[in-house]
Amino acid sequence: MISILTRWFHRLASPVWFYRIAGKLLPWLWALFALLLVTGLYGGLVTAPADYQQGDSFRIIYVHVPAAWLSMFVYMVMAVSGAIALIWRIKLAEMVLVSCAPIGASFTFIALVTGALWGKPMWGAWWVWDARLTSELILLFLYLGVIGLYNAIEDKRMASRAVAILALVGIVNIPIIHYSVEWWNTLHQGATVTKFDKPSIHIDMLIPLLLMAGAFKVFFVISLLLRTRNELLERELPRQWVKQLVEENAND
Amino acid sequence: MTEFFHMGGYALYVWGSLGMTFIVLLLNIVLPLSQHRDVLRKAAEFHEWEGRDEK
Amino acid sequence: MRLTHAFVSLLYRDFTVAFRHRNEILNPLLFFSLVTLLFPLGVGPSPQLLQTIAPGILWVAALLAALLAADNLFRTDYEDGTLEQLVLSPLPLPLLVIAKILAHWLVSAVPLLLLAPLLAVAFGLEALAIGVAELTLLLGTPVLAFVGAIGSALTVSLKRNGMLLALLVLPLYMPVLIFGSNAVDTAAAGLPVSGQLYLLAAMLVLSLTLAPLAIAAALKMSVSQ
Repeated sequence: MISILTRWFHRLASPVWFYRIAGKLLPWLWALFALLLVTGLYGGLVTAPADYQQGDSFRIIYVHVPAAWLSMFVYMVMAVSGAIALIWRIKLAEMVLVSCAPIGASFTFIALVTGALWGKPMWGAWWVWDARLTSELILLFLYLGVIGLYNAIEDKRMASRAVAILALVGIVNIPIIHYSVEWWNTLHQGATVTKFDKPSIHIDMLIPLLLMAGAFKVFFVISLLLRTRNELLERELPRQWVKQLVEENAND
Repeated sequence: MTEFFHMGGYALYVWGSLGMTFIVLLLNIVLPLSQHRDVLRKAAEFHEWEGRDEK
Repeated sequence: MRLTHAFVSLLYRDFTVAFRHRNEILNPLLFFSLVTLLFPLGVGPSPQLLQTIAPGILWVAALLAALLAADNLFRTDYEDGTLEQLVLSPLPLPLLVIAKILAHWLVSAVPLLLLAPLLAVAFGLEALAIGVAELTLLLGTPVLAFVGAIGSALTVSLKRNGMLLALLVLPLYMPVLIFGSNAVDTAAAGLPVSGQLYLLAAMLVLSLTLAPLAIAAALKMSVSQ
């Protein structure tokens, strides 16, 4: 069993194999993304009924919540590939790790801005120190730290090791930060701030939300493949397989 | 149709959110793709030079 | 036996070095008192207002002072090659790291603990709240030292790393800030604070056990560059 796993690991870690598979997968992923996005948006913006309290402004949920989910999911992917990179020294895991950071930061940014745009009509203010928004802001800084550290170190292999350590430190800290911010917020929450009502969400509202979450997840995979592919080419530039690839492209 | 775009008075917020989201997502596709072109060009130049040395 | 000996001699060495260049002790202290001085000037001298924000001010100032101190935690050792010797030594690096951080904490944070009550009095905090502030600082500053050391170890080989260090370390400091300042706040309101103190103690235990491993890995990475 272990040997199958390691063989699979090493095959996956082989750059040529990865590059080819990524190229073959991308069109299918694009199709899946388009399908999920169109059905999700149609369901969310057209067929889902307006919320009885928030009116149509609740439709922001269809981009806000998937982005917030993904912002955390991407950090997890980043930390797991960091662990793989540190333990097995697999180069591909290093590249996945560094490719995750800008995508995760983008999702976090989307969650923050749409949160503010949702907050304005609901709370009457662009920003309130709500526990989730504050955690999300801290998460953005964690991502920026990863990006900053990676760009600051010139040797890219060393930089990815540094970033792997940082990602692991971050994943240990995220639950601590999350719960302490939540606790801080419940203590300081003034009675005047109206929280989002959390009724059990209606099925017609829920299905588009899940579709959009799926679309975002597929989008993450697409963007990750694109970035990892670049990182791979950049690092393996002098190799024979890159030469072959370039020649094939020239013949096309 | 106008009612749909009006979003019950929340048009600015709803369409603003959606627009912003798709701009950021688009950037996450366009930037890696242009980078991909650059890397491929760099690789082509590199191997052309290498090839010349061998001859 | 050999381990204890190495631990003690490393501690002793760092201590001696710190006392020779006194600015390692004085800088965080000066910075701490200057930052706390800024707040009354910024928000006005109203005693009531100052009393309400005092816990936050003390903790934010302590956080920034710890960040400042973390910047040169490994710096001189990296520049003169001591760090490389430590990494190459056959003794377990995480343990040596603990010795270094303990020395660092003793010279940079303990003076701050001694100064804090004076500043707290100036802000009009009561004796009980000051006692709790001391306790939280006692439990919290070692956590700050460990977490700061992770950032410091990751960035030690870089030039102009100040801003990057702040970006890496400050988000991780936030839980300590939340529980530390809240405990003082709660004590000033006359409520029990054992919960916050236990949580700070738990963070201390966690950072004592896990941070040295991350620091050791980061130092190995930095030295091999």
